[in-house]
Amino acid sequence: MRTHRPMAARVVIFAAILLALGPAEAADGSPERASAFATVLKWIPLLLSGFWLNILMSVLAMAIGTVIGVILGVSQLSKNRMLAGFAVLYTHFFRNAPWLVVLFFVMFLLPFNMRLGGFAVGIPDWVKATFGLSLPVAANISEITRGAILSIPSGQWDAGRSLGLSRGMIFYLVIIPQCVRRMLPPWMNWYAILLMATVLSSIVGVTEILTLTERVTASESRPDILLPIYGFVMALFFVFCYPIARATYYLERRFGVTHREAIG
Amino acid sequence: MEAIAAFAKNLYSTTGLNFSFIYDPFDRARWIVGIKTTILLSIASIFFSMIIGLIGTLLDRSRFRVVRTAIRGYVHVFRNTPPLAQLYFFYFALAPLMPYYVTAQGARQPYFDGFLWAVIALSLLQGAYTLEIFRSGLDAVPKDFVEASNALALGRVTRFCRIEFPLAVRICLPAMESNLVNSVKNTSMAYAIAVPEILYQATQIWGDRVNVPEVMCALLASYMVLVGAVSLFMRFLARRLAMPGYGT
Repeated sequence: MRTHRPMAARVVIFAAILLALGPAEAADGSPERASAFATVLKWIPLLLSGFWLNILMSVLAMAIGTVIGVILGVSQLSKNRMLAGFAVLYTHFFRNAPWLVVLFFVMFLLPFNMRLGGFAVGIPDWVKATFGLSLPVAANISEITRGAILSIPSGQWDAGRSLGLSRGMIFYLVIIPQCVRRMLPPWMNWYAILLMATVLSSIVGVTEILTLTERVTASESRPDILLPIYGFVMALFFVFCYPIARATYYLERRFGVTHREAIG
Repeated sequence: MEAIAAFAKNLYSTTGLNFSFIYDPFDRARWIVGIKTTILLSIASIFFSMIIGLIGTLLDRSRFRVVRTAIRGYVHVFRNTPPLAQLYFFYFALAPLMPYYVTAQGARQPYFDGFLWAVIALSLLQGAYTLEIFRSGLDAVPKDFVEASNALALGRVTRFCRIEFPLAVRICLPAMESNLVNSVKNTSMAYAIAVPEILYQATQIWGDRVNVPEVMCALLASYMVLVGAVSLFMRFLARRLAMPGYGT
């Protein structure tokens, strides 16, 4: 980077620019009405409670996606043809299917409740959405895992064998520890992408931050709060995702280079 | 065509699998409009994101710090905020500020419709990623080539157009493939602002016919075909552009 301002300062500057879009627009307004900025301020606790759900969904989906993804990634390189074939197929399919369509698929085709010992237990829609989001994440983690394992020089396998380690032991003691380092930057990157993708669940009816934003704008029904309130939502995500992007960039430069992809 | 329609109708009466968009003329028309809109949206957003990426890359190499900072700011904002929030920001927050005309019935009619806003939002989003890909491609051009062209006394423009850019394009191709695939996938977000693309039409059809699983499978298959077409095209391009003795 050419500038040498500390990262925190840059985050604040960008967030402030996003926020400043609001008050700049809110100059008009009769005296008895609260200013647009004050109106948005009033709703911020509600929006933050929605954002909490976004964070929760992203953390859970990342956990599920990582577990499934690592298993699939290892399976892709398995000697068992069936297992490898399934893992490759899953990975390609969910990497190429739009997230929103996968989300629709899961929301519509998963049951809305399940029987647990005679009781019907409802499955909240955000749980289903979390599961839906974890599927494409798993596919991408699977590809990262596969790439990381393949990037380990084959000499490492030979060295392990010469020490008398079994295939499984080489894998857990030699290969995996080296993979973790290489997987960390893209893994963090996918977490940021996932966090930004959680707002897609507003389309399928989860009450997260974007849904709440729409409700607030509908209840206030004043056009002058639209810019500041959407600006606030974007700034909020920015404050979370930009540091992750910077850290990813830093780690990538230390470990090697990969490219950031857009949500799809 | 008739035979396929008859088969789909027969399938419905015998198995209950209702592929209404095959035999029903109304649903079929909706489906075709959806596919066409998705393709058009993809092509338009890819085209404009390429232009944004290219111009942005040039500006990013500008002598003026203000210009560079502005470009960095654009890239960071669009890459680190949710694409759907960006789309809403454009469609709900910016659209009302845009010029409109009043129809004979007295209704406010904006000049920019949902489709246009989707193109704008998706182009700006994808443009930020394209810019980064071009930039890293240019950075990856070996310094020897630049030095060699300097030794031949080529001008800045000639050097860029004849040496750096053609090499950067070849370096970019693999990253560009996934970028273009994402462009196609991202068009599904236009559903949220009621652009009649394939996902929107699918929800309309299953809303009327209650045949969610059938339409859902056809929807996923359609996306697979579109994404596959993009991938095949990029592979073809990579083969056409391959330079002997210069690794991919």
